[in-house]
Amino acid sequence: MNLDLGISLPALLSQLLLGLVNGAFYAMLSLGLAVIFGLLNVINFAHGALFMLGALLAWAGMEYAGLNYWVMLLLSPLVIGLLGVLIEKTMLRWIYKLDHIYGLLLTLGITLVIEGVFRSIYGVSGLPYSAPELLQGATDVGFMHLPNYRAWVVMASITVCLGTWFIIEKTKLGAYLRAGTENPKVVEAFGVNVPLMVTLTYGFGVALAAFAGVLAAPVIQISPLMGQNLIIVVFAVVVIGGMGSILGAIVTGLGLGVIEGLTKVVYPEASSTVVFVVMVIVLLLRPAGLFGKEK
Amino acid sequence: MTEFSLPSTVTPTGGARASWHSRASTYVAIGLVALLLLAPQLGVYPVFVMKILCFALFAAAFNLLLGYTGLLSFGHAALFGGAGYMAGYAIKAWHVTTEVSLLIGVATAVAIGFLMGVLAIRRQGIYFSMITLALAQMFFFICLQTPQTGGEDGLQGVPRGALFGVIDLSSDVTFYYVVVAVFVAAMGLIARIVSSPFGQLLQAVKENENRAISLGYSTDHFKLMAFVLSAALAGLAGAMKALVLGFATLADVHWAMSGAVILMTLVGGMGTLSGPVVGALVIVILENKLGEIGAGLAGITGIEWFASLGESVTLVTGVIFIVCVLLFRKGLVGAVIGRIPPAR
Amino acid sequence: MANDNTPALELRDLHAWYGESHILHGVDLTVNRGEVVTLLGRNGAGRTTTLRAIMGLTGARKGSIKVNGHETIGLPTHKIAHYGIGYCPEERAIFSSLSCEENLLLPPVLKGANGENGMSKAEIYDMFPNLKERRQSQGTRLSGGEQQMLAVGRILRTGANLLLLDEISEGLAPVIVQALARMILMLKKKGYTVVMVEQNFRFAAPLADRFYLMEHGAIVERFAASELQAKMPVLNELLGV
Repeated sequence: MNLDLGISLPALLSQLLLGLVNGAFYAMLSLGLAVIFGLLNVINFAHGALFMLGALLAWAGMEYAGLNYWVMLLLSPLVIGLLGVLIEKTMLRWIYKLDHIYGLLLTLGITLVIEGVFRSIYGVSGLPYSAPELLQGATDVGFMHLPNYRAWVVMASITVCLGTWFIIEKTKLGAYLRAGTENPKVVEAFGVNVPLMVTLTYGFGVALAAFAGVLAAPVIQISPLMGQNLIIVVFAVVVIGGMGSILGAIVTGLGLGVIEGLTKVVYPEASSTVVFVVMVIVLLLRPAGLFGKEK
Repeated sequence: MTEFSLPSTVTPTGGARASWHSRASTYVAIGLVALLLLAPQLGVYPVFVMKILCFALFAAAFNLLLGYTGLLSFGHAALFGGAGYMAGYAIKAWHVTTEVSLLIGVATAVAIGFLMGVLAIRRQGIYFSMITLALAQMFFFICLQTPQTGGEDGLQGVPRGALFGVIDLSSDVTFYYVVVAVFVAAMGLIARIVSSPFGQLLQAVKENENRAISLGYSTDHFKLMAFVLSAALAGLAGAMKALVLGFATLADVHWAMSGAVILMTLVGGMGTLSGPVVGALVIVILENKLGEIGAGLAGITGIEWFASLGESVTLVTGVIFIVCVLLFRKGLVGAVIGRIPPAR
Repeated sequence: MANDNTPALELRDLHAWYGESHILHGVDLTVNRGEVVTLLGRNGAGRTTTLRAIMGLTGARKGSIKVNGHETIGLPTHKIAHYGIGYCPEERAIFSSLSCEENLLLPPVLKGANGENGMSKAEIYDMFPNLKERRQSQGTRLSGGEQQMLAVGRILRTGANLLLLDEISEGLAPVIVQALARMILMLKKKGYTVVMVEQNFRFAAPLADRFYLMEHGAIVERFAASELQAKMPVLNELLGV
C-alpha cells in the first residue's frame, strides 16, 4: 500500500521501529542520568562512555571467554555497575561539596580516559558483534516484516525502564531514594546510610547504561566513539523532558526517538539535528522542560 | 540603561592585596609583551606563537564567562570555529581585507552567541551547560552539511589578505606583529571589562545571584551581555586562527574544542586574567609535543609505555581533567597567587 | 554501658563550625533520662546549631558528645541515630515526593539504646488520628500542624528515646500548639527524654524540667523549673519575654 508520502507503509513502520530503537536507548540513558542527577547532583558525562564499555564488555566476553549474549546481558551491567561504585568511591565523592560544574568536568575527564584506553588498545575502527541466534531474522506480522532483534531491544528497554520506575515510585527502597533526593541530610539523620545509597545509585545508573550498551552492540558499531554523540543527544532529551520525573524521562526519550525516525523519512538531512531543534522549541515555550520540576 | 553603581555589600572585597597583585601583574604583563615583541628575533617560530596567542585569547574570552560570571559554556567551539569559517570564507571567496574578515568573524560569533545565550540563560545551573553543548552540537552538524565549509575536508587555502588593503600579511613575521597587537588590545579590553563596574557586577552574580536580583539587578540581561562579549572575543580568536593557519575545519566546531578551552582555563586558573593564557600555553605545547614528552618520560623512567603517549592525547587530556578537578582546582596561576603573602 | 543513671545526652566543650564560621564556642549541657530540657536564646544564639551538631549536620566539630553514654563526636550522621536519637528539624522536612504514610514509615526502626522498639504504626495513628485520615495524601499537602505531627510521629516509630525537637510550635495555631504540649507531657510520662529548642516561651516554660540559655554559641545560664520565676528578669532582658 502506498501512502501519499511516497513511502510504503512497511517502510514507514520499519523506520518507526528504528526510531523506537533509538528512542529506547535515549530513554534508558536519560533515565540513568536523571536518577544519578537527582541524588548526586552530578551530570554524569561518563554515561556515554560507560554505555560504550557495556557494549565492549559484551564483545570481549564473547571474544575472550566465549560468553554468549544472554550471559553478557546480565554480566556486563554487573561489572560496569561495580566499576561505577569504584568511580564514585574514589573520585566522585570528593566533588559533591563543590560547584556543580566540577561534576561535569570530572566525568568528562573520566570519559576521555575510558575512550583513550579503548582507543589505544583497539583503535578507532569498530568491533563486530552479531545478534544472538534466537533473535536473528524477522517475523512476518502481516503489515510488515518485524526485525526480531530490534523488537526485542524495544521490549527489553521498556521493561527495564518500567521496572526501574516501579522500584523508585512504589517500593520502600525507592522511597529512600526519593526522600534522599529531596533532603539527604535529614534522611541520614534517621539512620539511613545515605552515602552507601549514593554509591549504589551511581552504580545502578551506570549499570543501566551498560545494559543499554549490550542491547546496542549488535545494532550500533562498537567503537570508542559510539557513546559520544549519543550522550549529547541524551543531554538534549534531558533538557526537553526535565529531570524531575521518571516517566517523563522514559516518554521523552521514546518520543524523541520516534520523531527522529520520522524525520529520517520526511526530511533526512535534518535527522541529526531534529532533537536539538525540538529542544530549542521547548526552551522557548516551556523553559522548565515538559515534565520538569526545576531544582 | 541601568546605573552601574554597586552598593558596597555586593562588591567583592579586594583590598590592599588586590592592588599589590595588580601592580605586580602589570609589570609582568609589560615584561611578557616585550618578550612577545622580541620573540621572532629570538628564533621562536612565529606561527607557533601566533597559534598559542589565538588559543590564549580564546581561553581568556571563555574565562570571562566562566571565571568571572560563573557560567560554564560547553559550546564555545561553535563561536570559535564558526567565526573561523566565516572569516576564512569571507577572505577567500569574497576577497575582503584582513580587518574586515576579522570583523565578519566577530559578528558571526556575536550572532551565534546571542542566540545561544538567549536560549541557554533560560535555565539555571547545569542545564545551562547542557543547552550550550546541545546547541553547539547542532551547529556542528549544520557546518558538516553546509557545502561552503568544505565538509570533512574543511575550508582550505585561506589567505591572510592585506591589512586595510595596504599591508600584505603573507609574511609570517609581519602577520605576527599584527596578531600580537590584536592580542594585547583584546587582553587589555578584557582587563578593563573585569575591573569595570559591569565586571564587578558579573562577579557578584557569580558569588550570589539571588542577592544581586534582590538588589534590583536584572541578572539575566547581564549574563547575556557577558555571553555575547565572551562570544565576540572568542570569535576574534577563531577568525585570527583561521587566517594564521590558513584553514578552518570541523575540529574547530567539535565539542572536543569546547572541552579543550575549558581545560586550558581550568589548568591555568579560572577567575584570573593570566590563568587562561598560561593554560593555553601549557595545553598547546602539550598537545604538540606529547610524543616527545612521552619519549622523554620513557627514557627517564624506563617504562616503555610512555613512548606511546603521543598517540593518547585523549587519555592524557582526561587524566589532566581528573587531576585538576580533584587536586588542582585553582590552576597554575591561582596556586601561585595563593602563595603570595598578603600585602604589607 | 548505659544504666539508668547515665545521662541521655552529655555535651562537653562542644565547638562547631559551618565552613569557616565558628558558631558553637564550648557548649556544656547535660540532659538526664526522662527529662524535658529547653534551649532558650535569641535568634542566632546557636540553639539550632547545637541540635544539628549533635546529629553531625554541621561542618567540623570538636569536644565531646555522649548519647546514652556513647561518644558520638567522631561518627558520621547515619550512625548517630542508631544510639537512640530522633531528630525533628526546624524545617520539618516532610518529603513532597512521598505520601503521608510513606513519610511516616520512612525512618528505619532502630534498636534504641535500651533495645526498646518504637511505637507501631497503629499506636501512632491512635495518637494522631489526622495522620491516619490523610495517610495517602502527598506529604506536603498536609497542613502545618499535621506536618509537625507527622515529623514527630515518624521518629517515634524508630525506637528513639531521646528526641531533639527544633521549633515545633512555630507557625501553628494555638489549638494545635496546645495539642503539641499535651503530646510532650504524654511522651515524658512514657519515659522519653526531650530536648526542645523553642522561641515560644509560653509554650515551652510549663513543659520543661530545666532550662539552658544560650548566647553567642555558648551556655550563659542554666536553671531548673523551680528557679524560673527568679530568672525572669534575666530572660526579660535577653529575650524580651
